[in-house]
Amino acid sequence: MKKEDYLDLYRQMVLIRRVEEQAAILYQEGKVGGFLHLYIGQEAVSTGLVAARLPQDRFITAYRDHGLALNVGLTANQVLAELLGKATGMSKGKGGSMHMASVEHNFWGGHAIVGAHLPIAAGLALGDQYAGRDGVTVCMFGDGATNIGYFHEAVNLSKVWKLPVLWVCENNQYGMGTTIDRASAVSEIRQKAEGYLIPNSRVDGMDVLAVKDAAAEALAYVRAGNGPYFLEAITYRFQGHSMGDPERYRKPEEIKKWQENDPIGIFRKAITAGKKATAKELDAIDAAVIEEVAAAVKFAEESPNPAPEALFTDIYVEAA
Amino acid sequence: MAAITVRQAISDALREEMERDENVFILGEEVGVWGGTYAVTRGFHDQFGDKRIKDTPIAEAAIIGAAIGAALTGLRPIAEMMTINFAFSAFDHIVNEAPKLHYMFGGQFRVPMVIRAVGGGGRQLGATHSQTPDVIFAHFPGLKVVAPATPADSKGLLKTAIRSDDPVLFIEHSTLYQWRGEVPDGEHLVEIGVSKVQRPGKHVTLVTYSKMLQLSMEAADQLAKEGIEVEIVDLRSLRPLDMGPVLESFKKTNRCVIVEEGWRSFGVGAEVAARLYEEAFDYIDAPIKRVAQKEVPLPYNRELEQMALPQVKDIIAAVKEVL
Repeated sequence: MKKEDYLDLYRQMVLIRRVEEQAAILYQEGKVGGFLHLYIGQEAVSTGLVAARLPQDRFITAYRDHGLALNVGLTANQVLAELLGKATGMSKGKGGSMHMASVEHNFWGGHAIVGAHLPIAAGLALGDQYAGRDGVTVCMFGDGATNIGYFHEAVNLSKVWKLPVLWVCENNQYGMGTTIDRASAVSEIRQKAEGYLIPNSRVDGMDVLAVKDAAAEALAYVRAGNGPYFLEAITYRFQGHSMGDPERYRKPEEIKKWQENDPIGIFRKAITAGKKATAKELDAIDAAVIEEVAAAVKFAEESPNPAPEALFTDIYVEAA
Repeated sequence: MAAITVRQAISDALREEMERDENVFILGEEVGVWGGTYAVTRGFHDQFGDKRIKDTPIAEAAIIGAAIGAALTGLRPIAEMMTINFAFSAFDHIVNEAPKLHYMFGGQFRVPMVIRAVGGGGRQLGATHSQTPDVIFAHFPGLKVVAPATPADSKGLLKTAIRSDDPVLFIEHSTLYQWRGEVPDGEHLVEIGVSKVQRPGKHVTLVTYSKMLQLSMEAADQLAKEGIEVEIVDLRSLRPLDMGPVLESFKKTNRCVIVEEGWRSFGVGAEVAARLYEEAFDYIDAPIKRVAQKEVPLPYNRELEQMALPQVKDIIAAVKEVL
């Protein structure tokens, strides 16, 4: 990896962190509606995955989607504008926090029903297999999604049809407020892939370089025509499940312990210790991101609401 | 013009569209090697092979979900639900994913797919396998719901559905496959969301669709012998619902009976009647009547099942009540 690559990964993770912090503030100010699920703490997972992709690789995820949106190349302007329901958001203000996507960036959403996007991911992969393209579909989901039927239907189908899909479980230890051991028969999620004879591995989801390397290896395996691969990234969300989560299910000490393993903090240390860049250079990135996000908040706030006519557009491609 | 069965008409539509467009493919339970549980795709596997006739596991959410994903990539999947009763296992994908994606992502996504599902009672399959739940699916904006009856409409609407850039639920009726009728030769397309007068008349407007068109035609034949001329409007599509021919007919007859196979509560009859009250109140000369299924889970026993399903005599009685 070149110096610029280190700086770029660092910048992406800091950008996600700052955007999410601003999103929380905007939510508390009553400017963001609905649910808001923050990606703070999990930045290394999507950042590492996207760093390993080729342009033809498709991404699809669940509702905790702001981080991935930024990684694939959507701007802080677009993300914050969508959160404020503005016409300048990537979904034109009709999707909101949980429904971000960009066909241009091969990012297929942003899906809010737990597990329901896994069969859709299988279909995206089928599309590439059918057309003879070598793209891989990367499907991200939480540990909580592995207990629902959709998971098992989709994962089984991917193996039976040898689909080019990389399943990535972001194991953040909780499905909302329910710990894995209270919801899943197996505590190592990757064991579920074993049941379908899908090769699998676990990776430290707080270490962006580890995620990138694991993803690169997995993508190469799938791209070679071997069928699906299953990657379990061990991670942790530092905030509640969504805004307003009273967090009765975990102790502050537990959060504190994981925060010592902050993905941005450890990457920063790795960069400086490995002399890939100086602290001063990283500080400059921090400052630039703060400015970028402040400008994005301004952009979002000043953006127009969707026109009233937008209510009835895009219901059908072929209008009656 | 050739007289063919509904089964043949549907099969012809599928084959013609698959031959026309490489991006069209079929996936579902027993669609391939078996040839389709209603023999609609018999011979397809030999002609098109594994790639385009895909047998799936018994996993309805995976079938519909995979079809959605494939459609997003530009393919035109035709996903088959062996019966519409199994579509409940894929309900989220049918009503909560496919019809939402275009709108929710600001017009970026297109979901050009067809879901074929066969429904209807009358074959002694018991309560879980005999339903006519069409209206449930028609409730959701973003989905198109088509339910033709005649061979010509079956062929023309299915071909249009396959070419549509929107998700279409194409509902077939398990006791209509043998119905024979003339289908125009050559390229035959029927527009989605257009109702059609299937039999002209002047005394009563009879609004119906799918299997109940067949019963309504029989009832109309019998009533004609008594000098009662019934005008039958076949809705053909439930969403979008075309009230044009219904209103036109009703303004002439001032009387209306709606015949549907599903349950009366919250049904097609309720919807059509409400729209007549809203849009043609001044033309109403008699209470609008509904003929529908009795409000019970369909029983297995043949006599009991037939008691629950609408019969020709029920339609005749309702017509006479509004005259």
